[in-house]
Amino acid sequence: MTRDEAFLQFLLRMGDNTLILGHRVSEWCGHAPVLEEDIALANTALDLIGQTQMWLGLAGEVQGEGKSADDLAFLRDAWDFRNVLLVEVPNGDFGRTLMRQFLFDAWHSIMLGRLMKSSDDRVAAIAEKASKEVAYHLERSSDTVVGLGDGTEESHRRMQEALDYLWPYVGEMFASDEVDAEMAAAGIAPDPASLREEYDALVQRVLTEATLTIPDSRFAHKGGRDGRMHTEHLGHLLTQMQWLQRAYPGATW
Amino acid sequence: MDRATVEQVWEWLDAVPDPEIPVISVVDLGIVRDVTWEGDTLKVAVTPTYSGCPATSVIAMDIETALRDHGIDKIKLETRISPAWTTDWLSDKGRAKLKDYGIAPPQPAGGPDRCPHCGSTAVEKVSQFGSTPCKAHWRCTDCLEPFDYFKCI
Repeated sequence: MTRDEAFLQFLLRMGDNTLILGHRVSEWCGHAPVLEEDIALANTALDLIGQTQMWLGLAGEVQGEGKSADDLAFLRDAWDFRNVLLVEVPNGDFGRTLMRQFLFDAWHSIMLGRLMKSSDDRVAAIAEKASKEVAYHLERSSDTVVGLGDGTEESHRRMQEALDYLWPYVGEMFASDEVDAEMAAAGIAPDPASLREEYDALVQRVLTEATLTIPDSRFAHKGGRDGRMHTEHLGHLLTQMQWLQRAYPGATW
Repeated sequence: MDRATVEQVWEWLDAVPDPEIPVISVVDLGIVRDVTWEGDTLKVAVTPTYSGCPATSVIAMDIETALRDHGIDKIKLETRISPAWTTDWLSDKGRAKLKDYGIAPPQPAGGPDRCPHCGSTAVEKVSQFGSTPCKAHWRCTDCLEPFDYFKCI
């Protein structure tokens, strides 16, 4: 694998994570429990889609086939996506959506902090921009997880169920392969495994405050970030997200 | 025709309103980062407030339209994401206008110092997000009016 091939894979992983999570979160638009939450979720989705434009825009540049961020978002199939499985699982209830957001935000904020020191100026610039938004996402998802976890009996039960359901998807964010080795050697991105300690400390602190218990098992569902095997949910998501560009190629308004 | 001076162009841009918060200009907002002539082409560097802000493309169009109206026909708009936009770049004039408009200007402490309507310091957060990506939703517990707070980033 050449450095550029690895770089492209890395950028697709970053951009696909934000794209797929952004789309999932946008599904709440008009459905959230209260207006303020609806607006907050829509704003979070918007930030993530904005970050996607930067990551996939750079991916298209590195790929060198003249593809735009839109081309990569709308004209690839499920097996070409490189997002972690965590972001493609269905929203579930509001609690599960916010728990997923928290588990992702915690990783995202640590990852972006490291990427701000990337040897590639373009990566560092995107990370600097995105990290400001993500710090805000993390503050909000942490507060909500604590509020609901340490809330009523029912909200506590639902948040614990959400954590139990989502925890097996956390490990994939820290998996390392040859792409990561190449990126780490080039100083472009850190080895994901090196983020785990900081992540565990952050997550443990917030979940303890939320009176929630992290499951014992470190079993991890994998297959998203290397595209080997996505869940059955991704294809359904793509049919929604891509149908317009598939049915009317090149449509604009 | 002599080409306009850079100072003149900044003045023109200071008359281009932000599409979402029309009381302040794109210059007040601090998103115009650089204006330079490159031969007969005017280069304007613009930075987005939030990476997904839908107003960004409208702002670029408004800037281009304004400059064309002033007779400049060779314009190159560049999106510059680094250094990342910060509310420190809001002008003092912009801050004052925000307040008059009913939007509490950003504060380093992370929340509004007072209600932009009645001036009371008894304010509370309703939601971390508001009507646009750059704002949060607060309310005054004295005059009971809700208001937007321009988030400090």
